[in-house]
Amino acid sequence: MSLTTAHSVVAPSAGSKRIAGAIIIAYALISIVPLLWIFATSFKTPPDSIAYPPKIVFQPSIEGYCNLFTTRTRQTPEYINSLGPATGFCDETVRKRNMVIAGPSNFLPRFVNSLIIAFGSTFCAVFLGTLSAYGFSRFKVPLADDLLFFILSTRFMPPIAVAIPIYLMYRELGLSDTALGMILLYTAVNVSLAVWLLKGFIDEIPREYEEAAMIDGYTRLQAFWRTVLPQATTGIAATAIFCLIFAWNEYAFAALLTSGTAQTAPPFIPTIIGEGGQDWPAVAAGTTIFLVPILVFTILLRKQLLRGITFGAVRK
Amino acid sequence: MAEIRVQHLRKAFGDFVAVQDSNFVVEDGEFFVMLGPSGCGKTTTLRMIAGLELPTGGEILLGGEDVTMLRARERDIAFVFQLFALYPHMNVRKNIGFPLLAQGMPSAEIRSRVEETAKLLRIDHLLNKSVSGLAGGDRQRVALGRAIVRRPKCFLMDEPLGTLDTEFRDLMVHELRELHNRIHATTVYVTHDQMEAMSMADKIAVMNHGVIEQFGTPREIYDRPATMFVADFIGSPPMNFLRFGGGLAKGAKEIVVQGAKVAVPEVREDIAPADMALGIRPEHIRFDDASKLRGAIYGTEYLGTTQIVAVETADGIIKARVPAEIRLNAGDHVGLALNSARLSLFDKGSGRAVRTAVHDTASQGRAQHG
Repeated sequence: MSLTTAHSVVAPSAGSKRIAGAIIIAYALISIVPLLWIFATSFKTPPDSIAYPPKIVFQPSIEGYCNLFTTRTRQTPEYINSLGPATGFCDETVRKRNMVIAGPSNFLPRFVNSLIIAFGSTFCAVFLGTLSAYGFSRFKVPLADDLLFFILSTRFMPPIAVAIPIYLMYRELGLSDTALGMILLYTAVNVSLAVWLLKGFIDEIPREYEEAAMIDGYTRLQAFWRTVLPQATTGIAATAIFCLIFAWNEYAFAALLTSGTAQTAPPFIPTIIGEGGQDWPAVAAGTTIFLVPILVFTILLRKQLLRGITFGAVRK
Repeated sequence: MAEIRVQHLRKAFGDFVAVQDSNFVVEDGEFFVMLGPSGCGKTTTLRMIAGLELPTGGEILLGGEDVTMLRARERDIAFVFQLFALYPHMNVRKNIGFPLLAQGMPSAEIRSRVEETAKLLRIDHLLNKSVSGLAGGDRQRVALGRAIVRRPKCFLMDEPLGTLDTEFRDLMVHELRELHNRIHATTVYVTHDQMEAMSMADKIAVMNHGVIEQFGTPREIYDRPATMFVADFIGSPPMNFLRFGGGLAKGAKEIVVQGAKVAVPEVREDIAPADMALGIRPEHIRFDDASKLRGAIYGTEYLGTTQIVAVETADGIIKARVPAEIRLNAGDHVGLALNSARLSLFDKGSGRAVRTAVHDTASQGRAQHG
């Protein structure tokens, strides 16, 4: 039922809607300024990026992106002049700063690591979370309340508080600096969130759906797959975004446990600063690219996310 | 289609006994209604027949086969839920065809069976619609369609009209019974609404506190209630009770209520002295100034063709259903004449009906105690 008439006591008045709108717009603007600044910086030249007063209007350059994806060595102008014509825009830009491209940087493999670890752990956390949430929601699990409390209790302290034991364990188990280790770790952190969020969603789905399917000749697993999952997609999508955001942005464990082959983008990006002066445009370029997957994922799932976080407040 | 036989069925949830030793037989093609207040165990019984709950004891036989411990999907039954449980992510056609898909039926055959079913229920024009946009009655029809499409051994329905508006309800009661007359499917129907039960059922079981108080045809249940609970639960307004004391001897034809002699159907058993109650339906009371059973008019409820008159007697309020034409004023003293042929006698302690001449023709109107 929709109550959208002017006489409704629950619908906000036009005045309060305007005030709410103004607050939201102001907040959105404040929130987006740092992002815009990063985005702008990624297209500045290094001198422009540290200019004072800061430049709002500038000549855009993709030098930051060139520097992000390459490693460079400083050479004498004589040596650079002895080289053949520049092979591309990046080559040309770099040569102007008396440098030559030595090879690709580690950014791309680190970025791929981030993708594998974040999406892998999100998948595992949501998969395990959905199954356990369904179990807790539908079956009489002995000590269910205590178990759920125990699951939640893993969030009582910041995960980093157990960094040292995990570091030692991982070293013994050979999981240090492996993608598998990071996936396991992020799954473990996220699964409690996933169980709790999804249990709420699944509790809201009437049991009659599975019961009807089971009477109609399906096994419980088939009934779960065909009737519960399709109705839980909203919850699953919302949960997946929360898990992904955590795994994608996680810095402390990544910095501690990964250093080489399995290093993710968050600990890698700051290391760019050290390579050949304070290369802010390259850092900003790394950050900008780093933001893209989560942005795309969130936009794709925004409808579910919105319905997900208002779930329970609005009922059909 | 098949007969359903329930023997010594029992279900306990921890200390709470939901169903105590239920026994009944639903014959092949019968429309059977389990009626009772909420929490009486009727839905639990239905869910045990369906295989959604496993009994603590007893047996359930479906067409002669013991299905007591079988999984729901192995029983070949169909269930219509109170909230219909239509899958919101499927359209009407897919909802109805869903049980057939489980059997691995070829899609062409599913298609023709679904269309045939939809025609039977007059919802063939809705097949490609989403179920979320349907009106209550149509949702109900889709839920029924999903049940009958499979041609199961029996249909189980859990208050399927509970969420419908009153006008839709009357329509669906009619439609359900008509559908039953056409396909003659063994049906177990659970409701707390006596009007639904009386108008649709071939047989009714009235349940209370996990016990079947009475099992019989609607007529038997109304005319010869086996217990005071049944007498009170069925009928609107319910049966009146007048206290009287003393024992009853076999062959007695008269009792004394509030100092007035009342003729009763011949008693068929000896009853030791105890608190007794005489039960009389409102429509079996007349006003007769000659009667020694007297009271004062307390209030009237005008219903058009009849009126319900509340009369205050020495033993509380008695309600009589009398023709609407009779003019009555509050405070008037009236005599009450009871239709002796339609009286029931109860032992107040156990609530059980005393066997009298009215039971002579009844073969299965007995209560099924323990």
